[in-house]
Amino acid sequence: MDITLTIFGQSIAFFVFWWFCSKYVWPLFMGIMDERRQKIADGLEAAARAEKDLELAQSESTEQIKEAKTDAAGIIDQANRRAAQIVDEAKGQAREEGQRIITGAQAEIEQEVNRAKEALRSQVSAIAIAGAEKILEGSIDEAANEEMLSKLASEL
Amino acid sequence: MAELADAAHAVVEHGAEGQTVQEYITHHLSYLTYGRFPDGHWGLAHTPEEATEMGFMAIHVDTMGWSLFLGAAFLLFFRYVGKKATADTPSGIQNFVESIFEFVEAQVNAGFNYKNPYVAPLCLTVFVWIILMNMMDLVPVDWIPEIAMAIGGLWGLEHMSFKVVPTTDPNITMGMSISVFFLIIYYSIKNKGIGGFLSELAFHPFGKWMLPFNLIIEIPTLFAKPISLGLRLFGNLYAGELLFLLIAGLLGAYQLPAHFVWAVFHILVVPLQAFVFMMLTIVYLNAAHETHH
Repeated sequence: MDITLTIFGQSIAFFVFWWFCSKYVWPLFMGIMDERRQKIADGLEAAARAEKDLELAQSESTEQIKEAKTDAAGIIDQANRRAAQIVDEAKGQAREEGQRIITGAQAEIEQEVNRAKEALRSQVSAIAIAGAEKILEGSIDEAANEEMLSKLASEL
Repeated sequence: MAELADAAHAVVEHGAEGQTVQEYITHHLSYLTYGRFPDGHWGLAHTPEEATEMGFMAIHVDTMGWSLFLGAAFLLFFRYVGKKATADTPSGIQNFVESIFEFVEAQVNAGFNYKNPYVAPLCLTVFVWIILMNMMDLVPVDWIPEIAMAIGGLWGLEHMSFKVVPTTDPNITMGMSISVFFLIIYYSIKNKGIGGFLSELAFHPFGKWMLPFNLIIEIPTLFAKPISLGLRLFGNLYAGELLFLLIAGLLGAYQLPAHFVWAVFHILVVPLQAFVFMMLTIVYLNAAHETHH
């Protein structure tokens, strides 16, 4: 084994490289790696928190859905009742309206009948007079017979 | 596979130059050495013999250069990635670098129980640097030396050695392990005081009446740490490199499957040795911070 000055050269290189590494290389990476470790830890923590939040939100939403369902059921019930009521009211109104129409129609019919009766009466009296004129071949004093004719017409 | 064929080709070429397998391997295990010649002037050694004559006053230009290049490349690359990195979803290369960071940080957190912000960067440096140096072993053994010899030929160095794997040079591994050793002593004295450090050597494990025995046990234990740390890495990589060279030198044109099998096995050794070096550094430094006794 030939030991030479190389051994000192290598020792010096050893210390210089060590110094360079601890001053200019090691801190670069340690800073970055610590930062990333922190980031990952934060990320995991955030994920755990988010999971908890999600769970909370889910239970809350379930609660709300349940509430909404109850509300909806109430509203539907009420609506149904209201609808029944409206239908009932409408039925009542329709019946009334029908009644009124019927009454009106009856009144009109009566009126029409009366009018027809009146017309008939006057015509009958005219016919009667004409008939009588024919029979008697002479004219009859209309005014003298007026009373008798209207009595006849009213008996029709 | 093309690279392996290349290596085979290189061996045939060596054969044509009349180089024996032994010469081939020796050549590959020698260093490109810059140092002081016996007559006092400094320069590049042209032969392994000249390099040996230089003794201690020499620098292995090849392994030292690769070591510096790989270390600097790794740190600058990591810094470049770190500059662009974001704390948002990381992508591609940032992911890759961060996974290395996380791995090293996990090892340090598991093995080192005290507050010292410099230990983790130390472990990262050592781990990645050693992996890169070891990985040079997976480059076919003749590629870079051939290129280096071609370039060296321009200055009359056409037979120069060029060793590519820094961790097969004991100077490189021991240079690191001795640095760790100094850190052990520095942190021991800093945390326990000189008295605490010395009493650990003198009064354990048998109590103060057995002081000489304690010293006989503890002092070799202390010095065994850097030696075993450096030599383990060196030994593993040297053995791996040697086997690559043997395959290239002995098997000739039939070396391809053998290279492949050994390279696959070596892929395991490359990060494992880097990991062992890092873990032992953590353990030693942790012991240097222990104050309860």
